[in-house]
Amino acid sequence: MQPILEMRSITKTFPGVKALTDVSLAVMPAEIHGVVGENGAGKSTLMKVLSGVYPAGTFDGEIHFEGKERRFSNIADSENTGIIIIHQELALVPLLSIAENIFLGHETAKRGVIDWFEAFSRTKALLKKVGLNDHPNTLITNIGTGKQQLVEIAKALNKSVKLLILDEPTSSLNEKDSAALLELLKGFKAQGISSILITHKLNEVLKVADRITVIRDGKTVDTLDVHSGKVDEDRIIKAMVGRDLSERYPPRDAKIGETLLEVKNWSVYHPLHADRQMIKGVNLNVRAGEVVGIAGLMGAGRTEFAMSVFGRAYGQKISGEVFMRGKPVDVSTIPKAMAAGLAYATEDRKTYGLVLIDHIKHNVTLANLKGVASRGVVDDVKELGVANKFRKDLAIRSSGVFQTTVNLSGGNQQKVVLSKWLFSGPDVLILDEPTRGIDVGAKFEIYGIINKLAEEGKAVIVISSEMPELLGISDRIYVMNEGKFVGEMPAKEASQEKIMRAIMKSWDNKS
Amino acid sequence: MTETITAAPSNIMRFIKANIRDYALLLSLLAIMIFFQFNTNGTLFKPVNMTNLILQNSYIVIMALGMLLVIVAGHIDLSVGSVAGFVGAVAAVLMVNYKLDIFTSVVLCLALGAVIGGAQGYFIAYHKIPAFIVTLAGMLIFKGLALTVLGGASVGPFPKTFQLLSSGYVPDIFNVTAFGAPFNLLALLIGAVVTATIIYFNIKERRNQLAHGLAEEPDIIFLCRNLLIAVAFLGFSFLMARYKGLPNVLIVMFALIALFVFITTRTTFGRRIYAMGGNEKATKLSGINTEKLTFLIFVVMGALAGLGGLIFAARLNVATPKAGAGFELEVIAACFIGGAAVTGGVGKIVGAVIGAFIIGVMNNGMSIMGIGIDWQFVIKGAVLMLAVFLDVYYKTKG
Repeated sequence: MQPILEMRSITKTFPGVKALTDVSLAVMPAEIHGVVGENGAGKSTLMKVLSGVYPAGTFDGEIHFEGKERRFSNIADSENTGIIIIHQELALVPLLSIAENIFLGHETAKRGVIDWFEAFSRTKALLKKVGLNDHPNTLITNIGTGKQQLVEIAKALNKSVKLLILDEPTSSLNEKDSAALLELLKGFKAQGISSILITHKLNEVLKVADRITVIRDGKTVDTLDVHSGKVDEDRIIKAMVGRDLSERYPPRDAKIGETLLEVKNWSVYHPLHADRQMIKGVNLNVRAGEVVGIAGLMGAGRTEFAMSVFGRAYGQKISGEVFMRGKPVDVSTIPKAMAAGLAYATEDRKTYGLVLIDHIKHNVTLANLKGVASRGVVDDVKELGVANKFRKDLAIRSSGVFQTTVNLSGGNQQKVVLSKWLFSGPDVLILDEPTRGIDVGAKFEIYGIINKLAEEGKAVIVISSEMPELLGISDRIYVMNEGKFVGEMPAKEASQEKIMRAIMKSWDNKS
Repeated sequence: MTETITAAPSNIMRFIKANIRDYALLLSLLAIMIFFQFNTNGTLFKPVNMTNLILQNSYIVIMALGMLLVIVAGHIDLSVGSVAGFVGAVAAVLMVNYKLDIFTSVVLCLALGAVIGGAQGYFIAYHKIPAFIVTLAGMLIFKGLALTVLGGASVGPFPKTFQLLSSGYVPDIFNVTAFGAPFNLLALLIGAVVTATIIYFNIKERRNQLAHGLAEEPDIIFLCRNLLIAVAFLGFSFLMARYKGLPNVLIVMFALIALFVFITTRTTFGRRIYAMGGNEKATKLSGINTEKLTFLIFVVMGALAGLGGLIFAARLNVATPKAGAGFELEVIAACFIGGAAVTGGVGKIVGAVIGAFIIGVMNNGMSIMGIGIDWQFVIKGAVLMLAVFLDVYYKTKG
């Protein structure tokens, strides 16, 4: 049997980073094909190549679909051939109805006048196929994420889909919705529609996929046939990680000293919903030379906690006390929190971390312009020296400090953000998902920087959703769930199971 | 060092390509000037016309300085025309009706402009009301208040000394005659000193860059740039010298341009404005008080709008209820023609000044050619559209 899709030796390079090297992927007709890999392995890039987000010519290699070579110059091209991608972030218009969203761009219209009866009846039929009972007139904003996902799929069905690509479709769904979605994929398979399922959840992919392609560091490592009976989670993880866990974290030799930061009884309410308590009486302390991890699931409140401590950058009705070296400090505004010795490097470096249109030099000094200026006038030469020093110390790979940060790879962007905060001279650094979306090599370098900071006697708080990372770099781990710290353990005694158990237990206690 | 670039021809081309926007802007201004020089039978570059050009555009240029800050910060100010008109009206009432002395009146009027800007800035910065809405409201309010203050009639004339702001010249001290007419040697000398100062600072900066292996600009371009500056400034002051000398307002304008170039390129205040316009959230999280910054920018804008209003009133020698109408459009257009980005974070003072002069030369040239006001609007609109289109086009083309 001929594969419906064949991607041959795809290589995609960004300035400074090779995102994909010689990647090949073949999907058979009526197959569910899993694509797995760590964050930043190159899965999303590969799908962007396939769907025409990166047009033909901006990458090397060939795409064959239904036996013909295809050169997509945009998403519309790939959609017209029947390749439809459903992104992690849903692309629905919240204040339009289900029917309006499904037919957005190809309205059921005659000479510009919409036939609503036809739109509604066809929407009803499509919704039935994906197992939804809602009225086509319902606004998207009024249905949950799970249903929105189904509407996206209905929309894809309307476009006569031959290959459906789902990028982390279940990441924001609960158990029941996830199961329903996976059943739906099986149903499509029976109708002859192929699917590519990109996911972190290995149990899911094992449940539905026929074959699984593993991508690591921008390369295809393996394609596993699930029906061979020899494939289990361990086998996949081995392919994904590909190296011994112990080598992934550089060793640290830091002396743990006095307590630097102490947060007591910290409570925060949602910035818009004043009755929703987001952080519930959290107590935290961190010592000089110590790396403390905060583990938890998405939405546990870790970012909210960190940002509220850092000058009330999040939330309202904030209460609790903050001590630095045992003395109470005022952290009610960002400048005050910085003066007290805090720094917070955000999880979303593009939105909150960098001025992307500006170059490295200006970004590095942004949080401490006074450090390179006298009486309000910037000393260019001094600033340049600072930027060059950080570029060298943190090995920021770039053409120079005048390179615009938007052109840097994720890892190097993260280093620029770190430089900015290091130059502000903090005692305590809060790093929120410091390695999100960056490649493995750069991750290792970031861990090295974290270790060096600890060795210099700074206290580091790391928030991360990657549990192996937390276990590898922390001295001590707090477990957070639903706005509370539900566990605290030395990293030596901790394990992924222990962390998960602490989270589960907190749920059990509630019910 | 990878940063050190020797001036090979390919580097010259690359540098020009990287800075094409700036050159294109300057060349456009030159092209437009040459075009009108031909089509007005040489009237454009006549000393008297050049002087007029400065007098007619000074207030637009001055307001464009503030507007550039506003636009770089990611906002807009639609009220500047009305504020200018209102402040001019208040000045007239103070000086003509209440016989208040000129110095006090001017200080009060500038303060009034700053307070108005601050009031608008307060709502924009601290209550997050879009600047478009706040200043649209301001535009209506101050248009109305100007009418009220003047009682619907024109008030004037102003005291002689106040008129000097717009119609006075730096007095000559040499009394030289050349080309069969009085020649203001002082004007030429001032021009020469300013040229020398600018070139001195350019060379100093260049040396500094070379010492740190940072000189991006190839030698030949550096040379041409400074030559062009010298020719432009000396030629211009020569033309001024053949008429009545340097207008007072030119001195004010030039000092302000220099100040704002300094603020935007060298100070932490300027740097923060660009950072805020580029990414407000990241800037705020970097410990910068973005609310206060926004507020201050509007205070500056208000004060400059006030100054513009004073200069305009002094020039007409009367405050009319219609004064200032449409200024905001030319001021905003100047910034966008000058390369400022609607999204914020991008724009240069020099660009805005050149943009203002492009509009000014077009107004002037088209009037001399006898083109009706109707077509003048059409042509100016088309030029604005074209300038921004080219900007966006080349940006997306990379």
